[in-house]
Amino acid sequence: MFAGLSDISISQDIPVEGEITIPMRSRIREFDSSTLNESVQNTIMRDLKAVGKKFMHVLYPRKSNTLLRDWDLWGPLILCVTLALMLQRGSVDSEKDGGPQFAEVFVIVWFGAVTITLNSKLLGGNISFFQSLCVLGYCILPLTVAMLVCRLVLLAEPGPINFMVRLFVVIVMFAWSIVASTAFLADSQPPNRKALAVYPVFLFYFVISWMILTFTPQ
Amino acid sequence: MATPAAPTGGARNGAGPEWGGFEENIQGGGSAVIDMENMDDTSGSSFEDMGELHQRLREEEVDADAAAAEEEDGEFLGMKGFKGQLSRQVADQMWQAGKRQASRAFSLYANIDILRPYFDVEPAQVRSRLLESMIPIKMVNFPQKIAGELYGPLMLVFTLVAILLHGMKTSDTIIREGTLMGTAIGTCFGYWLGVSSFIYFLAYLCNAQITMLQMLALLGYGLFGHCIVLFITYNIHLHALFYLFWLLVGGLSTLRMVAVLVSRTVGPTQRLLLCGTLATLHMLFLLYLHFAYHKVVEGILDTLEGPNIPPMQRVPRDIPAVLPAARLPTTVLNATAKAVAVTLQSH
Repeated sequence: MFAGLSDISISQDIPVEGEITIPMRSRIREFDSSTLNESVQNTIMRDLKAVGKKFMHVLYPRKSNTLLRDWDLWGPLILCVTLALMLQRGSVDSEKDGGPQFAEVFVIVWFGAVTITLNSKLLGGNISFFQSLCVLGYCILPLTVAMLVCRLVLLAEPGPINFMVRLFVVIVMFAWSIVASTAFLADSQPPNRKALAVYPVFLFYFVISWMILTFTPQ
Repeated sequence: MATPAAPTGGARNGAGPEWGGFEENIQGGGSAVIDMENMDDTSGSSFEDMGELHQRLREEEVDADAAAAEEEDGEFLGMKGFKGQLSRQVADQMWQAGKRQASRAFSLYANIDILRPYFDVEPAQVRSRLLESMIPIKMVNFPQKIAGELYGPLMLVFTLVAILLHGMKTSDTIIREGTLMGTAIGTCFGYWLGVSSFIYFLAYLCNAQITMLQMLALLGYGLFGHCIVLFITYNIHLHALFYLFWLLVGGLSTLRMVAVLVSRTVGPTQRLLLCGTLATLHMLFLLYLHFAYHKVVEGILDTLEGPNIPPMQRVPRDIPAVLPAARLPTTVLNATAKAVAVTLQSH
């Protein structure tokens, strides 16, 4: 077995020892072999668990890298679709049915997130495009919860108290969203420009909160 | 910055067939080199890394092929020189193809970098420019300085969009949300870009010293006055107050822009044309925003109590119950009429 090795001549000054570890390369190999053959249930459960873990990180925001490191866009998609579905009027009495509203919410969320990402990149942030989309999408979670609460509150009789309760809930969730997204995004900006990067995030969540607050089913 | 951890066992297992050529080249004096310094990516995102990795793999393949071709070339020299030349040309072409793809990908990312210098601002600078946009300076002999940045104007346009939405909602303007956002964004961006281009064109005709970027920045900062006026008057609904603010705040920001343009234009006719157009458009825009998107206060009550029948919509009138005994049939009649109207409307 070792007979063939005698033909190899290696000059002494070329180092042939050491490790060639290229992390991404081995990851390709892993993905190809291991995740393609597993059952669909395994894949879905693994993705759902990752999404759920990130939801927890958003609900209890601390400075951590999890959202940035393993970003994914499943969570934002689920949240955006849920929000858009809940914001539909869905009744026959209005002239336009729920169609345009779904598209409107979708477009606002995704193009708003893209705009904020471009802005933060142009200001000199070192965050990647999809990481930023991921963070902004996940931080819509408090506002989706606010939408659920508002819908429940709207089942009661309308009146000023109704409006005050909804206003309070939406304001609290709006503040929570901004705090959560700032906790993740602030580190990627140069320290003196954090305010410049946070302001469009404020506008973005303000528009979404306003859509939630003024939603009235007919 | 996160670097993904990798099991070294996997790397060693993976060092099989792909690296075979590499080992051979070491023996032959080695020309294919892995560029490890670019591996430290700041993004940490797998999607982009995949793209870059494929790019690098292709380049490495091209490199390895080129090296292999050169090696073969070296072996066959003298005997089959023309074959070596052919393989060198092929390797060259492959290298060019790879390079072209890499530069195309780079130019896609570099497009953002074109805008990067216009976003190079500090918060203090933005604050001072916002305040200065309300203070006209009476220096008309020297061209006044205009900051050529796009962050402030862009944020002001978005703020105006948000304020318009706020105003539209509280004043019950359009119940159907489908056109609310589109209208607001279209109006604000259309005004900013459209009027900037128009005034730039007029400035070109009138020989004024102003670039497109400066015009965009000037008009963008001029929207600060609009934002203030609309924010206040959407919350306090007094027409007299609006007219006062329109003249004062709108007038101040218009005067500032006019002063800047006057200082950069020569000749009375040109100055009049340019500044008159800008002043008219700017003031009229504020008037339009207030009255087109603003209705009277009952809108607020609607959001508190729940919406009534939306205005401007044809709704079947309820058939009045003339006799108390006839109430049941009238409700049935009303329901049928409404259903018929709805089906008619939906067609």
